[in-house]
Amino acid sequence: MSDVSFVRTEMLPEQDPPASSVGVVGWMRENLFSGVWNSILTVISGVFIFYTLYGLLSWAMVPTWAAGSLNECREILHNMGREGHLAGACWGVISERWEQLMFGFYPNGSEEGTADLRWRPVLAFVLLIVALAPVLFADKVPGKLIYLSMAYPFLLPFLLWGGSIWSPIAVAAGFGVGYAAYRVIDGVAGSLAAVIGSVVAAILWWLFLASPVAGLLADIIPLGLEPVESRKFGGFMLSITIGVVAIGLSLPIGIVLALGRQSDLMIVKSLCVGFIEFIRGVPLITLLFVASTLLNIFMPPGTDFDIIMRVFIMVTLFASAYMAEVIRGGLAALPKGQYEGADSLGLNYWQAQRLIIMPQALKISIPGIVSTFIGVFKDTTLVSVIGLFDPLNLTNAIRADSNWNGIVWELYGFIAVLFFIFCFSMSRYSMYLERKLRTDHH
Amino acid sequence: MSDLAVDRDIDRSKMQVSDEVAIEISNMNKWYGAFHVLRDINLTVNQGERIVIAGPSGSGKSTLIRCINRLEEHQAGRIIVDGTELTSDLKNIDKIRSEVGMCFQHFNLFPHLTILENLTLAPIWVRKTPRKEAIETAMYFLEKVKIPDQANKYPGQLSGGQQQRVAIARSLCMKPRIMLFDEPTSALDPEMIKEVLDTMIELAEEGMTMLCVTHEMGFARQVANRVIFMDQGQIVEQNEPEEFFNNPKSDRTKLFLSQILGH
Repeated sequence: MSDVSFVRTEMLPEQDPPASSVGVVGWMRENLFSGVWNSILTVISGVFIFYTLYGLLSWAMVPTWAAGSLNECREILHNMGREGHLAGACWGVISERWEQLMFGFYPNGSEEGTADLRWRPVLAFVLLIVALAPVLFADKVPGKLIYLSMAYPFLLPFLLWGGSIWSPIAVAAGFGVGYAAYRVIDGVAGSLAAVIGSVVAAILWWLFLASPVAGLLADIIPLGLEPVESRKFGGFMLSITIGVVAIGLSLPIGIVLALGRQSDLMIVKSLCVGFIEFIRGVPLITLLFVASTLLNIFMPPGTDFDIIMRVFIMVTLFASAYMAEVIRGGLAALPKGQYEGADSLGLNYWQAQRLIIMPQALKISIPGIVSTFIGVFKDTTLVSVIGLFDPLNLTNAIRADSNWNGIVWELYGFIAVLFFIFCFSMSRYSMYLERKLRTDHH
Repeated sequence: MSDLAVDRDIDRSKMQVSDEVAIEISNMNKWYGAFHVLRDINLTVNQGERIVIAGPSGSGKSTLIRCINRLEEHQAGRIIVDGTELTSDLKNIDKIRSEVGMCFQHFNLFPHLTILENLTLAPIWVRKTPRKEAIETAMYFLEKVKIPDQANKYPGQLSGGQQQRVAIARSLCMKPRIMLFDEPTSALDPEMIKEVLDTMIELAEEGMTMLCVTHEMGFARQVANRVIFMDQGQIVEQNEPEEFFNNPKSDRTKLFLSQILGH
């Protein structure tokens, strides 16, 4: 019976894998030519990709950059011996109109007596990137930059719309008023009373005191930028502005809604569920129409409620409802033990949410959150239906020019590429973040 | 099921039961919906006692100790922990929770925080301990559970036994007067059960008041000063371990012991 008895006397050393399974050759054999069918499919796909790229590039790589009209383009292509629909792209429209696609009708100094103000959206965009850095890459930039991030929500409207510098400062001061009220009441009554008191104080400030104070200060020290009307906004500047506002606000609002939906308090829960289900049940276009037409009916006569502000509100509410559901998914995926672990250590509800539950729930929800962000950013093109000049609506305006009548692919292609750059960056960032936050491997 | 989990002599010099009452449960009842899960529980635990609660699954033993720090709410009767009665008053609940440590079957460490952050979180946020002091305390207890070198790793990178020892250390960092253990070794590989039991024995040797729901009868025999047997939501029998194992009174206890010790 000595067949079954076996004792290993020495452990086997580690060996390198066989050469055919590593390196470029190994990879190709594994992934592209692992069998007859796979090899055939690889070849067919290769041919398909080649012809697509060949057609696309020969259409795109044409010297029409300097052309001043569609006819000029056709002439250039004709001289090259190209005819017909797919003769080549007419890039002249992009070189002539790209600034308009970026800034819409934002003052560029072309009208008599106006200055070129386009440095303001450009500066706002650059500052946006700087302000995002401490939020997105907290471990790689100096921590003090976070103050810029906190000031940015007030800087952005000031730079874009201009006006007195005291208005954004007065609005920002509302948060200071709220905080002061919290500190005062927290000492006297409980923390719940302090929260309510601070919110009430801040709202009272914004409703009744903010604008007189700002006006008074503006009279004493008139500082500010030349105002720009909302209807001059357009192009990517408009898309990015709406996108940034909606994205920035929808995450915190979505978190609050998701927590509200899980709350034990009946009324809070019903309100949150009702809001989420209503907003998700209505198309964004409907909400935008409400914003552009119906909302004015409910306002006191003579109120001028800025159209872009109304769009901000609607797009933000829309995004928040989706965000709430995405985050609820993350909350549902957390094991009950995490809540119990936090409870058993004596953490209170808000500490447990902030330190234990939310960091994990948000991490689980990153793919969904970023998908929602990307969706919101692309949905900003819907504002064209209420007459705002987003890039898509601008293509109509450009085609209305007899020089460019009939041009389609070049404009849409250009817009698509720009949208792709933004959306793809967000997608890559989310993957980077997921990798960075992974804690289960060495 | 290891009958004898410990292979060393236990230092009993500090394992003294005082007259001071740590937990007093009187006529406590609990229902899950219409299901009567805990029936008329009366239990007094003195400071320094080491109690093992045994019983078949579904007998309500986990629910009982989860009621003590209000992870479960009882509907009738009273629970007084360290002189504070458990009511729906949040202040009392938070106070009791910060003085009663708990270890779970599945550890419930926070996977997004390092071991050190897991240990310092509650002292910093609940006890308002300065960070430096919290880290010193955390390292002291990590040293005690013999894994100080893992302080900067994440829970997911540790073995089950190490994670459970971290969980024990995390509770100890709050300097609790009472420790609750809810089947701390049930999710562990056999090789790792011993390291966790050793940690628990050391804790007992220092005089900690402990309530353990466990199937480790060797541990019960050697460390506990009282064994409680539960079935169908009630305390069926309780006794000193020697008496309990060698001379069980009720038929249900005899059956249970014959089943878990019989092979």
